Amino acid sequence: MATLYLNVIAGGILIGIVYALIALGLTIIFGVMRIVNFAHGEMVVIGMYVGYGLWSVTKIPPWMIAPAAALVLFVLGYALQRAIVNSFIDRPQHSQFILFISFALIITGLHLVFFGPDPRPIGMIESMQSYAIGPLHLDVVRSQAALMALAFVAALILFLQQSTFGRSIRAAADNLIGARVIGIRVHTVYSVTAGIGMGCAGAAGTLVAPIFDTQPFLATDFTLIAFIIVIVGGLGSLTGALLGGVLIGLSEALAALTISPALKTVFSYALLALVLVWRPNGLFGEQER
Amino acid sequence: MKRTLRPSFWPAAVFFVLAAAFGPLFDSFWLSLLTLVFFYAFMGLSWNLMMSAGLLSLGHALFLGLGAYAAAVLTASTGISPWLSIPAGAVIAALAGSAIAWIGGRFSVRGVQFAVLTIAFSELTRVLFDNWDLVGGTGGFFLKAINPDTNRPLVTLRGGPLYFYFAFLVITAAAYFVIQLLMTSRWGFRWRGINEDEDAARALGVPALRSKVLVVAISAGLAGLGGGLFGLMQGSLFPDSVMRLQLSIEILIAPIIGGIGSPFGSIVGAFFVVPLMEFSNTLSQRIGYYGLNTLIYGVVILGIIAFLPDGIWPRILRYMNLIRAA
Repeated sequence: MATLYLNVIAGGILIGIVYALIALGLTIIFGVMRIVNFAHGEMVVIGMYVGYGLWSVTKIPPWMIAPAAALVLFVLGYALQRAIVNSFIDRPQHSQFILFISFALIITGLHLVFFGPDPRPIGMIESMQSYAIGPLHLDVVRSQAALMALAFVAALILFLQQSTFGRSIRAAADNLIGARVIGIRVHTVYSVTAGIGMGCAGAAGTLVAPIFDTQPFLATDFTLIAFIIVIVGGLGSLTGALLGGVLIGLSEALAALTISPALKTVFSYALLALVLVWRPNGLFGEQER
Repeated sequence: MKRTLRPSFWPAAVFFVLAAAFGPLFDSFWLSLLTLVFFYAFMGLSWNLMMSAGLLSLGHALFLGLGAYAAAVLTASTGISPWLSIPAGAVIAALAGSAIAWIGGRFSVRGVQFAVLTIAFSELTRVLFDNWDLVGGTGGFFLKAINPDTNRPLVTLRGGPLYFYFAFLVITAAAYFVIQLLMTSRWGFRWRGINEDEDAARALGVPALRSKVLVVAISAGLAGLGGGLFGLMQGSLFPDSVMRLQLSIEILIAPIIGGIGSPFGSIVGAFFVVPLMEFSNTLSQRIGYYGLNTLIYGVVILGIIAFLPDGIWPRILRYMNLIRAA
């Protein structure tokens, strides 16, 4: 029994790390631009199709393809921000919301037109294998995905902490007017940030492609998971997104085991409501100024 | 009160009277299309009311679904008249709305967080309904078919396309005028004050918590009422159809596209959005490309929000020189 729980907890943490990468993309966009990307799950699904497509042509395992998907989504995010979203920065929230809803509709529409509604599973030998460490059995695909996600997170944090451009992103997030005053080109910062945020979603999409069968309608689920994580962790907080992701992965896994797989999301929503009542700005968010 | 926000009462009254007068002339295709238009217009009015207090609801399907289930289940299992079960559904929805608004207001959950709170409650309820046998779970809840020959619409509140056209037209017109009155009442000013700056409004003595609970209760009650009627029209209810997140999103597209500044914007938005959905669905079926409808719909919405930032209705008014150009 203890072994079962141990394995479920480990599985939950592994998938939680990938969720964290998705949430990180959402939170970095919000932190810098105060814009909520309601099409985030759609970006994840683009990453899944990139992963599926490259895998079916080359048979390279998806975790190695993830950087390519990140690059594709970075370019897409950058271009969208340049062409359209930058002019929506000062618009009211409902306006931005409809903009991203229209992106979501367009992306899902394109997915349906090109790939149809049928799920596309990735069948690999690794899907059946696991690493045994004592009583612990770690699913190979999930472990690879989690490790790769961690590598992305580490690279992103290094970039934000150490590089000049990363510092200007943080400066723009902390104090927009101050950043303008010292000569930071805010719109370029925005575009790169959007690219990074959507790149995270794309990479995570490729990583989960062997775990969930790729399908256009998964997008809403991913958007919702990312939302729950980001609100629980605190909008705009990187630490919050990371720990929130693991927390939600864990709570989903435990709820599926102890209550019923059909009710696993209920657990996450209940957690979300409790956190909002207890700390309205999330566990790691800035509290009331 | 700024005149600019309030086109006078008479044009709207004339519009509703004309809509009623032309009703019997439409064939059943147009009747069901326009019924859907008025359904979305009504839901948009309800959604927009909450927005007037700055509360973004992404869970309106919850209120709609509660109203629909309450009306259908009460009528089918206890045999009480829909004249009682629909208001009962509206009250249940209003209570649910009040609870959410109270939690949000009491624990100062604002902005995006409040919007996500509405999603959370809506999705929680949907999953619970999925697993609740009394309402049929995922298998759905079905009303017995009515006999069109012996049915009396004003007793059963169910009927043919013309009956439902008038039913939704009437509740839309009623909601429109009630909301106009509310918006010029003391509460309307309080809601707008909260929308502009909640802390400043509080400092001026606006009872923010009570105002928010009231606006959400009215909005949710309206949505429950429309949902009840919608449930009777559908005859079959599934948590994944009447409580799904996509429905909550469909509901708010019309008022935003129409222009959230005025209640009539919601109606104009519905007159645009519903035929657009219908057109793109038909086109996509004709050509045989599944997904083309979603694509067209998305592109048009994107075009409108990019080129008409305030929505369609304010732009029309500006053309007619009814409000001064901003």
